[in-house]
Amino acid sequence: MTAVEPSVVPATPAARRGYGRWVAIAVLVVLAAAPLFLAPFATSTLSRVLVFALFAVSLDLLVGVTGLPSLGHAAYFGSGAYAAGWTSIHVTAEAPVPLLVGAGVGALAAASTGWITARSAGVFFLMLTLAIGELVGQVANTWESVTGGANGLTGVPAVRIAGQPLANAGFTHWYVLLVAALGFALVWTVARSPFGDALRGIRDNEPRMRALGYSTSLYKYAVFVLAGGVAGMAGSLLVAQQRLVSTADVGFLISSLMLLAVVIGGAGSLWGACLGAALVVVVRDALGPTLDGHGPLVLGIVFVAVVYLLPRGAAGLLGRTR
Amino acid sequence: MTLSVRGLVSGYDRSAVLGGVDLDLASGATLALLGRNGAGKSTLVMTLAGLVPVTSGSITVDGVELAGRRADVIARAGVALVPQGRRVWSTLTVGEHLALASRSRKGTWTVDGILDLLPRLRERRRQLAGQLSGGEQQMLAVARALLTNPRVVLLDEPSDGLAPAIVEQIAAVVTTMRSEGVAVLLVEQDLHLAFGVADEVAVMARGEIVHRVPTAEFRRDPDTAQRLLGVA
Repeated sequence: MTAVEPSVVPATPAARRGYGRWVAIAVLVVLAAAPLFLAPFATSTLSRVLVFALFAVSLDLLVGVTGLPSLGHAAYFGSGAYAAGWTSIHVTAEAPVPLLVGAGVGALAAASTGWITARSAGVFFLMLTLAIGELVGQVANTWESVTGGANGLTGVPAVRIAGQPLANAGFTHWYVLLVAALGFALVWTVARSPFGDALRGIRDNEPRMRALGYSTSLYKYAVFVLAGGVAGMAGSLLVAQQRLVSTADVGFLISSLMLLAVVIGGAGSLWGACLGAALVVVVRDALGPTLDGHGPLVLGIVFVAVVYLLPRGAAGLLGRTR
Repeated sequence: MTLSVRGLVSGYDRSAVLGGVDLDLASGATLALLGRNGAGKSTLVMTLAGLVPVTSGSITVDGVELAGRRADVIARAGVALVPQGRRVWSTLTVGEHLALASRSRKGTWTVDGILDLLPRLRERRRQLAGQLSGGEQQMLAVARALLTNPRVVLLDEPSDGLAPAIVEQIAAVVTTMRSEGVAVLLVEQDLHLAFGVADEVAVMARGEIVHRVPTAEFRRDPDTAQRLLGVA
């Protein structure tokens, strides 16, 4: 065979894994040590970055890995947040109960709506998820006895571990970091598994996957439920961190900001989504006041710049995203 | 008969492309499907694979009715398609392709067996399919189909745009398929390949099979070939 050698030979997966593992450990160490050096406000902002990073990673599993762009993923994030908050107030705040309830309700909400979306793709999927997101937002707004309606769910107690409440921003940060890292590891493992390969096959050419004998609707449904569960996990972390849930946490704005985060970070890489989420949270929450309310404008400019200059997002700068 | 098709009508939206195709294919038989552009050859194989909806008619594989079933059901029943233009997943490695395909249906074809047959793919195992040459991509598309352990393989213009050396390798793989009892339907413009591997030749025109004879007989009758295909 007279094939021409490709000019760009990517690093072997094994080499990439070795390199990536050290970077991951270093990032975890820095994030774990951060509360020892940062002021409480900065620590809370960092915790919120982690919350939204996990949310963005769950969305990237749909958008980047499976090729299903969702504009309603906050429905599952918000469901998890409300469920975890309600459980903390009325049942127990003892870990891991609110976390498991949040993840369970997120997955359940995705399971009950996913059968509508799993048969669609592309712009139809986008519009269906948008509609479901709006519907859940309306429920949150009107179901006052559970969600607190427009006032939100307030007075959520701090998460307790072995009876002790996580009394300050540092302890809360470590709890959020631990859960977010576990959630990230879960999604990472799924994306690298044979199931993840099948999802990428669906993203790149769904009819081909069907012609290989894969029931692609079933795979899309399964990943939708999983992504909903992980988003619910992130929702429970949100409530652990800010101790309240409002209708803004379920709405279209959060869904679209997170989709923005995934695209800016580089869809499909998972860690790129974390970078994107960090950018969104920092611009919106930390720099928002100094930007005189022009945070969304800055994000819009960054988005346009990324689409033109880095079509594969920030992750594209460091080799292939899959 | 492994594959049996009766009165198959199918097409896109409201325009029928196939106007009642009848076709039988036995285990271990190879049929070359020839015809001018637009005769309906690709539509026929896409319909058999469940990727174009059936309007009416019957498709059975080993006696199981498959007309109107979903593509994944048809694939699990033992029909594999090697599509025109290869259609490999450019972001998956060769190894990932083989792993995905081998999970569908267990049988005599294994990843190791395929890599022995197509050693070039073994060298390329960790490479992304999008970085392979056209010939290697075609090998990968054939390997992907065989790993589903099919009873029927539909090859849609496998030699399209490939060097003669690679076309010979494809011919060798088709011969191996026959010896394993696979029924092969080969849509092909390259008459050299078609005559080299097929027991029989069928010609399509206007959505129907209009002529079917043993390969040797077809080659002895250049007038019919000229009339049906515009070639001698």
